[in-house]
Amino acid sequence: MSQPSEHSESAELREFRAEMRAFMREEAPKSLLGTSPCGPFDGYWGGKLHPEVPADVLRWRDVTLARGLTAPTWPKAYGGAGLTFAHAKVLYDEMRELGLPRPVVGFGFAMIGPTLLQFGNEEQKLQHLPAICAGEIRWCQGYSEPNAGSDLANVQLACEPDGPDHYMLNGQKVWTSHADRSDWIFCLARTDRAAKKQKGITFILVDMRTEGVTPRKIELISGASPFCETFFENVRVPRSNVVGEVNAGWTVAKALLGHERSMIGQSIGRDPGSTQRELVKLARKHLDAPEGPLPDALQRDRVAAVSMEEAAFQLTLDRLAQARAAGGPGTESSIMKIVATELKQRRFEAGMALAGAQGLGWEGDAFDDEDLSYTREWLRSRANTIEGGSSEVQLNIIAKAVLGLPEVK
Amino acid sequence: MSVVVSNGQETLTLVLDEEQQMLRSTVRQFVDQHAPVGRLRTLRDARDERGYSASVWSEMAELGWLGLQVPEAHDGLGLGFFDLTVVLEQCGRKLMPEPLVSTLLLGAQALMLGGTEAQQAAWLPGIATGEKVVTLAFDERGARGNPHAGKALAARSGAGFTLSGTRVGVLDAHVADLILVSAQVGEGGPLGLFLVDPKAAGVTVTRHVALDLRNAGTVTLADVAVGAEALLGGDAALEVGDGGVALVDRVLDRARIGLAAEMLGGMEQAFEDTVAYLKERVQFDRPLGSFQALQHRAARLYCSIALARSAVLAAARVVDQSGDPREVAKYAALAKVRASEAFYDVAREAIQMHGGIGMTDEHDIGFYLKRAQTTLVTFGTNDALRARWAELNGY
Ligand SMILES: Cc1cc2nc3c(=O)[nH]c(=O)nc-3n(C[C@H](O)[C@H](O)[C@H](O)COP(=O)(O)OP(=O)(O)OC[C@H]3O[C@@H](n4cnc5c(N)ncnc54)[C@H](O)[C@@H]3O)c2cc1C
Repeated sequence: MSQPSEHSESAELREFRAEMRAFMREEAPKSLLGTSPCGPFDGYWGGKLHPEVPADVLRWRDVTLARGLTAPTWPKAYGGAGLTFAHAKVLYDEMRELGLPRPVVGFGFAMIGPTLLQFGNEEQKLQHLPAICAGEIRWCQGYSEPNAGSDLANVQLACEPDGPDHYMLNGQKVWTSHADRSDWIFCLARTDRAAKKQKGITFILVDMRTEGVTPRKIELISGASPFCETFFENVRVPRSNVVGEVNAGWTVAKALLGHERSMIGQSIGRDPGSTQRELVKLARKHLDAPEGPLPDALQRDRVAAVSMEEAAFQLTLDRLAQARAAGGPGTESSIMKIVATELKQRRFEAGMALAGAQGLGWEGDAFDDEDLSYTREWLRSRANTIEGGSSEVQLNIIAKAVLGLPEVK
Repeated sequence: MSVVVSNGQETLTLVLDEEQQMLRSTVRQFVDQHAPVGRLRTLRDARDERGYSASVWSEMAELGWLGLQVPEAHDGLGLGFFDLTVVLEQCGRKLMPEPLVSTLLLGAQALMLGGTEAQQAAWLPGIATGEKVVTLAFDERGARGNPHAGKALAARSGAGFTLSGTRVGVLDAHVADLILVSAQVGEGGPLGLFLVDPKAAGVTVTRHVALDLRNAGTVTLADVAVGAEALLGGDAALEVGDGGVALVDRVLDRARIGLAAEMLGGMEQAFEDTVAYLKERVQFDRPLGSFQALQHRAARLYCSIALARSAVLAAARVVDQSGDPREVAKYAALAKVRASEAFYDVAREAIQMHGGIGMTDEHDIGFYLKRAQTTLVTFGTNDALRARWAELNGY
């Protein structure tokens, strides 16, 4: 969809837009132009364990970091630029215009950072936020356990006092994405077994290099293995690593989940119109129709249906953001999570339908790289309605919190 | 995130400003007070000859709502299309059968988009005051809503035209003071819109009551002679191509958006009523709403309504903010398709969740399904509009 022009952008934002555009044209490494869909997962993940990073990626990080633009809305004191969300949006719009990756992405920037801003103490903010802005440390999420997935409040990772200044952690996390590549992990741990489920949980930060922390890889159905189980065996952690109050970690945990859902929602928001472009391109390739109306009416209808749903979804992200800014209804991240993830799955399903037999390859010369990776991405997309709180759990949240439907007594 | 924002252009405003919020709440109050859904049943059972309430209509005119978008020069308030959709949404909540769609969405839009100064001066003030009902006749049996597929013909004769053909599903035809008829100007020629007096010689209007209890009719034109001034916009109107989007399409695009706004109101009300019912109806010693199977379905409807709402608001804004007919056409298809899908889902689930009572004529909820099915078909079905979207997007 192309854009209707709008005359209401404030003069200040317009000026900022022009400034950012000039800055990027000037300073962004040419090799990165046009390389990224510019979603919240597309960019430099940072961390000390990251394999070789292209020099231009680091240079892009450096020039943006110098202006606080890796985390534009964070306060300057912690490495951000202290800008409003409207400014940040302008910034990302301009990056997307140029197809530039975000200079720093990941769970540090999208999840633990905003959570520390809200719940962390000054020392914690100063210790972690600037390092996240610089992409120096990479974070992973230690929430799920073998018996605490949807029922997250059931976490059992033991967290017991060990001397006056430390806790001792024992237990296991599971589905910890990228644990093997991360420097730090934020965990939900059980500090009070006698209390009611939600009441005995503490939110704690752990350096992955602490003795006793062991991540082990798990392969996904798509063949990739970002997944890990993470074992904790007598892991000593300073008490100062607790975020918020001891036994009051559930509040922190929920706030972080809100950030996670909105990150997932946005990642699917992507570049408006991109779904349509991608599917039309696939259709032209697989239906052997380089131009004009697509020859298969059913496939064409399907492409249009998915693309229209995406357009409505984009507009909804927009509307909810504006409503928030106008003091309207609060975050409805659960809606975004459900719609975004199911939409993404439908997009891949439509693509797989277009690919037909070309979508059935796992490896080998009969398939081109694009076909092969599409197939795997389709498989990966099945996780979208599970990770970050399954669709069913989001529906429970909407039913109760938004619609006010009664709980089972 | 925005629809878009390239070339330094900013996003659409998808929230109501203060005045629009006020407008919404006054209309809502009015509708709650004067237009209960049960009125449809009463009008039907009384075989009311109009099929709507003349007094409600004239009160709405007095409040300025009928002339909201009519330019001040023609006795209106000169507000935007967006403001009009704010009113339509609220009227849609109670499925109001007053001739809003015909007069404000078809008639007035056609006149404003394509009318000459004289044509506008002759009709717009009467629309604003509620004295004139104006409708559009564009569909035929077999054409299935495609305004370009019909056979109605306008043959040039002397300085004027001779019109012939049969149009179906003409909203409020039996009460219209003016029927705008689209017809091919000469076989295979461009589509023109003609101002036809329903009482003119050769014009026959038969009323039928539609599924949703609104009024539609069949209009037959048997060699109806009209003057040159009956062509909307004059001969010049036949020459503008608008990048492939003809006047009839432009009118229908706006009608799609306005109708989608009405549908939005309808789905919201049906959904609220259903959620309220789920909270109050007890079975197995607990409220229905505590059953997860129902909770999840209700939550899904909520998401679907959220998407429809965004699409409708965006489309309404685009009409005011972008003059580009192709842009409006895309958003119109989007709004209508999202609204149709959501309204239909909400309406059918509403009956299901009400159980037996939902199937009775006595309960209002059934009216929403009838309206959902009607609007689904009106001004383009989902598949037709998806095809239009694909075409407008170049595939
Ligand atoms: C790719 C991927 C990456 C992930 N990354 C991380 C990570 O980095 N860190 C981390 O901590 N976790 C991560 N997770 C874990 C994820 O948060 C959990 O998988 C998720 O919360 C679901 O929990 P579960 O797998 O135990 O499934 P279960 O809770 O066992 O659920 C199984 C099924 O039952 C349904 N169900 C469960 N409870 C209910 C209910 N009350 N009502 C209705 N239906 C219900 C679920 O919706 C699901 O369909 C990741 C998961 C995936 C797939």
